Amino acid sequence: MTLTFLILAAITVAGTAAAMGMRNAVHCVLALTVGFAGVAALYLQLDAQFVGLTQIMVYVGAVAILAVFAIMMTHTPAPEQPPAFSSHWILGGLVAAAVFAVLAWAIGSSAVSMQPLPAEPAVGVQQIGAALMDRYVLPLEIMGLLLTAALIGAVVIAMDRKEDRQ
Amino acid sequence: MTQEADQIFVLAKHWLMGYVPAVAQPIASAVLSIVPVLIAFPLLFAITTVLERKGLGRIQNRYGPNRTGPAGFFQPIADGIKSLTKEDIVPLTADQAVHFLAPVLLVVAAFLAYAVLPIGRNMVIVNLNAGVLFFFAVGSVVELSVFMAGWSSRSKYSLLGAMRAIAQMISYEVPLVLASVVVIMEAGSLSTVSIVERQAGYTGIWPHWYLFTPWGLVGFFLFMVAATAESNRSPFDLPEGESEIIAGYYIEYSGFKFALFFLGEYLGMFATSGMAITLFLGGWAAPFSFLTWIPSYIWFFVKLLTLIGFFIWIRGTLPRLRMDQLMNLAWEFILPMALLNMLIAGIWHFMQPGVVRWLVCLAIVAVPCILLRQGLKRRKKFQVRTYRYAD
Repeated sequence: MTLTFLILAAITVAGTAAAMGMRNAVHCVLALTVGFAGVAALYLQLDAQFVGLTQIMVYVGAVAILAVFAIMMTHTPAPEQPPAFSSHWILGGLVAAAVFAVLAWAIGSSAVSMQPLPAEPAVGVQQIGAALMDRYVLPLEIMGLLLTAALIGAVVIAMDRKEDRQ
Repeated sequence: MTQEADQIFVLAKHWLMGYVPAVAQPIASAVLSIVPVLIAFPLLFAITTVLERKGLGRIQNRYGPNRTGPAGFFQPIADGIKSLTKEDIVPLTADQAVHFLAPVLLVVAAFLAYAVLPIGRNMVIVNLNAGVLFFFAVGSVVELSVFMAGWSSRSKYSLLGAMRAIAQMISYEVPLVLASVVVIMEAGSLSTVSIVERQAGYTGIWPHWYLFTPWGLVGFFLFMVAATAESNRSPFDLPEGESEIIAGYYIEYSGFKFALFFLGEYLGMFATSGMAITLFLGGWAAPFSFLTWIPSYIWFFVKLLTLIGFFIWIRGTLPRLRMDQLMNLAWEFILPMALLNMLIAGIWHFMQPGVVRWLVCLAIVAVPCILLRQGLKRRKKFQVRTYRYAD
């Protein structure tokens, strides 16, 4: 646990926590973006350049913008909103802590964590590209097909029909 | 002698590093790499503002700024003092924190893009394995800062400008990335340094730039159109269209924050131009083999100033596009052409070098281009426009 890791982890946790606690929807999205950026920085710190930069491009550049765009199109600014914390927040926190403890215990005592760490593989962008085009070409194509179908579906939903306009 | 001139900044850095204790070396090295970029590009921004105003003045048949200093070249200093001493007004209803952070984020993101630009031989701040990806990832942060500026001002015009800007930037980011994919395909690397190295060498006196291939030529034009739109410059300046929504997303900014927006926008334009130079124009390489004695960083800035000149020329010449024209251009013309260009790059890679390869690739480009243009033109019916929401 280096100092950089601690700083980045603190930024990520603070960003995502603020995203849940803030009252203004746009502030929530911006705080969530800080969380996304923190995760990307953690990837970069682990020397996973491709994943880290893709994380920034997809989550900061696309997902956050999409959320913000949706808010801008639909949301009328209402400054007075009920507090984001419900009255059962102590109970909720207890449940969350219990789930975390069980998960941490399960992972810590499992066989996987007992194994010695394998040597760090040097994965560059080139190796990822070669693997995608060679071994994982079928999953890649299926993903592409799925996304194309989703895209066409979105266009069909958004298309303005002739009868609507009259 | 020429080598020393070429490497003068690299040698100067090594010389300075000799005086730094070993503990502080990593930080000192980073500072010594970053500070020249932080000085050079804002200086270029200052020069560009004068050149742009003078150039536009000449195109519009009037004098540009000519009062401050010799031939008006001290104008940016006067502008800087003016924006520093102006009152910084924040609207009462504005979201204070976000309103403050938006210009900061914009300038930070704009400067980050320079981290991977090779300005000269051995002159790049970091040679990232995924340099081109880093460039586009940082570029996508700019959209967020534009939204923050537009939304936090709580002004109708700001919000309209931000919505226009984001819609435009999202639409043109796709062709921008797709146009540069052809170079990555051919160079086989995402590192900006190795992309420049792959374009080194000369046949006779002519360089091996990617511009001088059919896919490179098409890619360069598509890239430049998309880059103009990405940097919100005329004819794609709808987000700030002065005659429609006054100044778009930064209408509620004044004083130095306004200047920061201005700076960020120009820095973004320089960075995308620098990327176009890296990808298609051979980076810092000389355009002819007999001119290699001129230092590499001079060539980079000559190419950059040429591209800036083109931007100014286009701004003075073309009228602003309408929103639907803007979107149609991106999705119906540039995007199909960029996808087709990737096919051509593949064909080019697997065919034997020669005249036949040139003709085949040019035909694949030209025929769909003409057909697409005809098809789009025929579909346009000129009639009275009906507005859905503005009647």
